[in-house]
Amino acid sequence: MAKITLSKLRHSYYPNPKSPSDYALKEIDLDWKDGGAYALLGPSGCGKSTLLNIISGLLIPSEGRILFDGDDVTELTPDKRNIAQVFQFPVIYDTMTVYDNLAFPLRNRGRSEDVVHQRVTEIAEMLEISDMLQTRAASLSPDNKQKISMGRGLVREDVNVVMFDEPLTVIDPHLKWKLRSKLKELHQRVNATMIYVTHDQTEALTFADQVVVMQAGEVVQIGTPVELFERPAHTFVGHFIGSPGMNVLPCELRNGAAYFGDTAIPLEGAITGSPSGKTEIGVRPEFVSIAAQGLPAKVTKVSDVGKHIVVECQANGQRISAVTHGSAPEKGADVFLNFQQDQTRLYVDGWLATQIQEAAV
Amino acid sequence: MKTVNHKGWFFVLPVLLLVAFNALIPMMTVVNYSVQETFGNNQFFWQGLDWFEQILRSDRFHAALGRQFLFTFLILIIEIPLGIAIALSMPRKGFWVPVCLVTMALPMLIPWNVVGAMWNIFTLPDIGLLGYFLNHTLGINYDMTQDPLAAWITIITMDVWHWTSLVVLLSYAGLVSIPDAYYQAAKIDGASNWSVFRHIQLPKMKTVLTIAILLRFMDSFNIYTEPFVLTGGGPGNSTTLLSIDLVKIALGQFDLGPAAAMSLIYFAITLLVSWLFYTLMTKDDLN
Repeated sequence: MAKITLSKLRHSYYPNPKSPSDYALKEIDLDWKDGGAYALLGPSGCGKSTLLNIISGLLIPSEGRILFDGDDVTELTPDKRNIAQVFQFPVIYDTMTVYDNLAFPLRNRGRSEDVVHQRVTEIAEMLEISDMLQTRAASLSPDNKQKISMGRGLVREDVNVVMFDEPLTVIDPHLKWKLRSKLKELHQRVNATMIYVTHDQTEALTFADQVVVMQAGEVVQIGTPVELFERPAHTFVGHFIGSPGMNVLPCELRNGAAYFGDTAIPLEGAITGSPSGKTEIGVRPEFVSIAAQGLPAKVTKVSDVGKHIVVECQANGQRISAVTHGSAPEKGADVFLNFQQDQTRLYVDGWLATQIQEAAV
Repeated sequence: MKTVNHKGWFFVLPVLLLVAFNALIPMMTVVNYSVQETFGNNQFFWQGLDWFEQILRSDRFHAALGRQFLFTFLILIIEIPLGIAIALSMPRKGFWVPVCLVTMALPMLIPWNVVGAMWNIFTLPDIGLLGYFLNHTLGINYDMTQDPLAAWITIITMDVWHWTSLVVLLSYAGLVSIPDAYYQAAKIDGASNWSVFRHIQLPKMKTVLTIAILLRFMDSFNIYTEPFVLTGGGPGNSTTLLSIDLVKIALGQFDLGPAAAMSLIYFAITLLVSWLFYTLMTKDDLN
């Protein structure tokens, strides 16, 4: 167990990186608290696997340091860092039984057979694979193989961190849900720091207490699932999390007020700094309502997704989604849209640029 | 109910005909010779299983068969571990990969009788590069036309030189198909190099190794051209392997009946050993 600190971390796969675009990771400073459940969320190619491999020691960063409880481990090999990692595809030792697979990391570290037996039985019981201990691992189904990979990660009692690199990719959808809740439960039982890498927002939001959102080698926002949903720090987070994603509308600033077309849009609070650059209004579909007056728009599409109805509208040439419950206007109807003020924010060059109005809350 | 459609047989027919013309019919003529005696003039006399009995009881056949098994055994225990070792030490990516692969493939591209001739000249005591070096520089008496041991060392070395590449290339193909995650997981699990070999590389290479061993067994058990060109079966009979002996009986002595019987026995042994080996190697995969 340890607190993990990433300090001024940069990495490039090129030997002599020149421009910032040569870097797979651009200057990351991050603290992972001991015992936390973290998710590393981002689209494919955003650098999240690179970051994970740097923490596990499979990759040495070009610049910066990694500290475990204050000790520099930047140059240490994976086995010396005392970490565990579960990969995208299940890694099992084909010729061994399930028991031997689980025992492998302990035996390699010279633990006595008593300790091995006790730990393996305990982990097998947690993962509900006790009845398979004597079968050959090669003959198992993918989800059971992945359980064994996870088991090998959890079997050592003293690991600093357990990392999961998109572990549910090859698992059937109905088993995904089961394994995910299993993982959550395991985190509570073993109390180890866990980092879960994924590009699936549902996986990230259900697993983690803290979600780290990455894009193009940068950390865009760190926060609880609720924070990410309600106050995205960047339009990317707004797009990436939520379904449908946040409405991002180009706007103009006149006398400190934001105008979308000719309509003034009231924002949640004061604009920070003196904005220059591309200004946009961000509001989640969940906080857009169809009202008697407001922004005039035309309904272009209505889709009933079960628990709510998504109404897509067109206003000033921009698409705006609204989520409604119960009745919805028909396609082609002229409506007025209303944005809930405390959930309407201004973004400058993609970054959040309004403050919460304390009085309004 | 399942409908039975016999039209499917027509699709198999071309293959059946092909196999009949290139294998079954030629083999039947051998069967035909093996149970008859002929003195030419297309006259045949029924002989029953006499030739088979004669061959199976003959010391000459036993000796040739023994030499054949010894040869195959020796080249297998050298080529398989050596091939794996070379494959393991070859680079997995980068500039040197194609260089290594082409270098490895070169010996296999040389015609078999050329290989025999090359090694013959190479090891000649007075003019051969190796032969001259051994005899005149190091002072070791090395002459494969005189010394059976030297002849054996030469044919084994020649086969290792010619065919280890096959094992290397097959093993290498098996090795590069192992995803990086396996090595990474093993590193994290604290596995030693030996454990990585024993529990990851060897199991993943098993299928290609089975094929490699099977191919090397069949090829070496049926080897003819290279040792024939190199030693001609000598000195004496010391390197007369089964196929060389067979040709001596068939074409040298023109004993077509015994030669045919010997061919069939030879074929049966090859088939039996291959089948046994394949069954043993793959029996784990079935369950």
